[in-house]
Amino acid sequence: MNDALDVGLRLLAVFVVFLTFPLIVGQTEHKVMAHMQGRLGPMYAGGFHGWAQLIADGVKFAQKEDVVPAGADRRVFQLAPAVALLPYLLVLLAIPIGPGEGAVGQVLDAGVFFVLAVMGVGVLGSLMAGWASANKFSLLGGLRTAAQLLAYELPMLLAAASVAMAAGTVSLPGIVSSFHWWWLPWQITGGLVFFVAGLAELQRPPFDMPVADSEIIFGAYTEYTGLRFALFLLAEYAGIVVLCGLTTVLFLGGWHGPWGADGLGWLWTLLKTALLAFVVIWLRVTYPRLREDQLQKFSWTLLVPLSLAQIALTGIVKVVIS
Amino acid sequence: MSPLAQAPHGFLSPTGVEIAFLLVGLVTFGAALVTVTTRQLVHAALWLVVALGGIAVEYLLLTAEFIAWVQVLIYVGSVVVLLLFGLMLTKAPIGRSPDADSGNRWVALAVAAAAAASLVWVVVDAFRATWIDLDGAAAGSTKVTGASLFQNWVLPFEALSVLLLAALVGAIVLSRKAKAESAPPPVNGRAVTQSSPPVTDSGIHPIGDRTEQDPQQQPQQQPESGSEPKSEPKPEQEGAR
Repeated sequence: MNDALDVGLRLLAVFVVFLTFPLIVGQTEHKVMAHMQGRLGPMYAGGFHGWAQLIADGVKFAQKEDVVPAGADRRVFQLAPAVALLPYLLVLLAIPIGPGEGAVGQVLDAGVFFVLAVMGVGVLGSLMAGWASANKFSLLGGLRTAAQLLAYELPMLLAAASVAMAAGTVSLPGIVSSFHWWWLPWQITGGLVFFVAGLAELQRPPFDMPVADSEIIFGAYTEYTGLRFALFLLAEYAGIVVLCGLTTVLFLGGWHGPWGADGLGWLWTLLKTALLAFVVIWLRVTYPRLREDQLQKFSWTLLVPLSLAQIALTGIVKVVIS
Repeated sequence: MSPLAQAPHGFLSPTGVEIAFLLVGLVTFGAALVTVTTRQLVHAALWLVVALGGIAVEYLLLTAEFIAWVQVLIYVGSVVVLLLFGLMLTKAPIGRSPDADSGNRWVALAVAAAAAASLVWVVVDAFRATWIDLDGAAAGSTKVTGASLFQNWVLPFEALSVLLLAALVGAIVLSRKAKAESAPPPVNGRAVTQSSPPVTDSGIHPIGDRTEQDPQQQPQQQPESGSEPKSEPKPEQEGAR
């Protein structure tokens, strides 16, 4: 009974986080982008500074007709948004926000591998959508998605492996527990590589070649309308939450902070995650889109060597201090 | 793991985990069957995802958590994505592909049956008397897996990595060779081979004194073009000019 209640409460908490945090990031993006571009952003929905804009958007999406193109592969087309969204819900289960058993959905022995594996599955949703839409733009988007995933999965994995080497464990709470402040300069290269590769895996600007709306009209999502399109958007924002949370946990020390690590550790985690989410939005407003060949070159000639160098550095320091 | 000697292990009183293992195995088997029988190419790849995911769940039920996540990471996350990428690049029609059937069907079935039989025989022969204690410490945790991999199985591990390295080098060599043979020289770029003459070299540009030089150089190039795959010097001159 108690076990069942405990599991139920944890699942409920993770689900609530999954439903609210992406919306908060989305609303922040509205506002931050607007202010960086010298305008106000949504101001009317809900009264105070347009706080209910995303809820209004959700209502709008729910009212729209759900169109499946005549030439599309019906089942795969309809299944794709779920495949894109659900992995991020699963990943949230494994991210610890505070010390101890109580602050993580489920303690996993090989947490790092779990989160990276499941995040990679999410990209299958975009591929399915791109293929099943029976649309040339969608197919191009799907192709670019696959090429991008194959290029950026490797540096991301290598960067995560570096921090796992440093901690001597692949469990996420274990990695944060063994964090010291001097890991920050030690693992900074790996952290940057992880964050950038994660952005590319989420297809966020400046790595949004697969959805480039001005040339291939949102790529794999061209044919989607209504709620299914909203699910893809939600997957993108859930992905931001997951990526920022993971970067925090792996490279920024999670709940460790200058003070108050005992009771208020979870606040540090949330603060760092929010800061990184702000950076994600900032990058979108700041940088132009990379071309496809630049994108591949950036990964294979810069990120992969950097992450390998980080692994070598981690190994050397580890041997020296042990 | 403990030997069979204890009484409570038997096939007639299955536990919940054993039933789950069996059901997931059936689903995996069904998905694998659909993968090889469906006439829709991309559907076959997606059913392969189900089959590989099912195997990952089986690993999980056997407490091998690390192996399960690596299975998802490598096979579902990379191999299937690569497969889908290849399908989309070449031929991925929506609906049935009538030609997606091989004449070697029966030979393939025989080979698959033989491989399955030998695998089942070896595994049953090796692990018949081995039971996993599900209640105790996980027998397949990352720590245990790593220790056994790098203590008992280092040699196969290293041999495999050399094999993969060889495959990597081979792929690079093949792709470079194919590029050198097939790619025609770009209009404004440097020619890679002499199999087709550079477009800039036509010699009919009425640009000053070039019309006098070209008749001299053209006969020099023609005999060269079939013999040596040396890089073309002429376009560099043009580019420098």
